[in-house]
Amino acid sequence: MIELRDVHKSFGPKRVLQGVDLVVPKGESMVIIGGSGTGKSVTLKCVLGLVKPDQGQILVDGQNVEKAERDEFLSHFGMLFQGGALFDSLPVWQNVAFRLLRGRLKRPKPEAREIAIEKLRRVGLKPDVADLFPAELSGGMQKRVGLARAIAADPQIIFFDEPTTGLDPIMAGVINELIREIVVEMGATAMTITHDMTSVRAIADKVAMLHDGVIKWTGPVAQMDNSGDPYLDQFIHGRAEGPIEAVR
Amino acid sequence: MIVRATAGIGRGTLGLLAGIGRGTMFVLATISAALRPPFYIKEFLQAILHIGYLSLPVVGLTAIFTGAALALQIYAGGSRFQAEAVVPSIVAIGMTRELGPVLGGLMVAARVASSIAAEIGTMKVTEQIDALVTLSTDPMRYLTVPRVLAAVLALPVLVGVGDAIGILGGYSVGIGRLGFNSAAYLKNTTDFLEFWDVASGMVKGAVFGAIIALVGCYFGMNSGRGAQGVGRATKSAVVTASVLILASNYILTEAFFNQ
Ligand SMILES: Nc1ncnc2c1ncn2[C@@H]1O[C@H](COP(=O)(O)OP(=O)(O)OP(=O)(O)O)[C@@H](O)[C@H]1O
Ligand SMILES: [Mg+2]
Repeated sequence: MIELRDVHKSFGPKRVLQGVDLVVPKGESMVIIGGSGTGKSVTLKCVLGLVKPDQGQILVDGQNVEKAERDEFLSHFGMLFQGGALFDSLPVWQNVAFRLLRGRLKRPKPEAREIAIEKLRRVGLKPDVADLFPAELSGGMQKRVGLARAIAADPQIIFFDEPTTGLDPIMAGVINELIREIVVEMGATAMTITHDMTSVRAIADKVAMLHDGVIKWTGPVAQMDNSGDPYLDQFIHGRAEGPIEAVR
Repeated sequence: MIVRATAGIGRGTLGLLAGIGRGTMFVLATISAALRPPFYIKEFLQAILHIGYLSLPVVGLTAIFTGAALALQIYAGGSRFQAEAVVPSIVAIGMTRELGPVLGGLMVAARVASSIAAEIGTMKVTEQIDALVTLSTDPMRYLTVPRVLAAVLALPVLVGVGDAIGILGGYSVGIGRLGFNSAAYLKNTTDFLEFWDVASGMVKGAVFGAIIALVGCYFGMNSGRGAQGVGRATKSAVVTASVLILASNYILTEAFFNQ
């Protein structure tokens, strides 16, 4: 279970998070939606400890993130970064198997490679990309390699930052299904950021909308359409008019 | 006017002190990371290749021309006192004690501090450093420690090679242009060159190596956002490394030779 309590974060004078409260129960898939630049990525980074909140608490399975033993704590996590964040000095398969090639999850090289190729297949990539370098791939392919890396060590908690952005509709469908599978089959807890409403409906158990530095609305995905919340309504229908200003 | 100027100086001084503080913290963090496993052997070997082996041409070219020019200057200076015979030994001493390490260090700083800062800076702005952390890999151990160790070990070797090539440069000019006898030139070189001349230059090299890699990593890890951030980090790394090399060279020379 992931719990954010009154989390604040500013960058200089820019106040990004202003009291985020959010609970993601174990084994559930939470999707975070919200305008561009509202702090969705920052929220995930706070949970991972990559960004230190100015105020508030973040608990994972009841343990304070800041006090946890980092290595042990992070070994249960997988994260797909918004920009992919692949290591461009390493070939694709070593990116995917990064965790399996060193540290506490280390395995023999051939086995790690096999797992990497299997994970690549699950994100719709052929084995021959395994030996290419990230710079040789298209944007959507890089994203999927990032996704394969995030799930390579079968983490219990997975964060996806815009997993389907830049993918064609069919590939987006494949990825949505994969995320659903990971949550249902492996019982993982997932937090996904997306702007793609099809994707939201496909992968979410619950939805949270971030706006003005706070969670404006949260609830089961089934209640999203008749929430009565003007902010959420405007957002999911993509209207230019409404309480959310178009220029931010 | 005066108030504003003083305020500017005050801010500059505070900024400098804060920078020294952060730099010192970074050095301590590197040392503490270097002492505890995991150690990344492959990254270390790659760093040896990039910092050491691939710097050989730059260091060699720098040394050969420096040695050659040095021979001409010492000959010109020496002839004013009818002391042209000092050319071989002064070339050797000048190369090994001072010019080999300093010019070699500066050239490697230009080549390596910049590339380390640009590489790590790019990793920082493309979230690769964040990705390393989430993959349970400490960027200090994975990126900084291998580069610093490699530079500390590679620079003395580069200095040694540079010394030899520099002396060779002086020798070529001595034989070809200044009419020295080959055997006499070599004998003169070896007779007057002491172990400590060479060793002190290599010790300087090790210190410069540490400076180069630490500065490159520091500015890379603290790079600002975007291409501009990386550009600024690279520039700062080269400038800072060069100045620190020259300053520490003076301090080391005082310490070694001014008893
Ligand atoms: N390291 C940082 N330094 C300074 N400002 C930052 C940093 N990281 C994020 N920000 C700022 O925080 C705000 C929120 O950024 P964030 O990346 O979380 O947005 P987002 O909700 O993920 O948007 P998008 O949907 O466009 O990805 C932005 O205004 C951004 O400029
Ligand atoms: Mg984002």
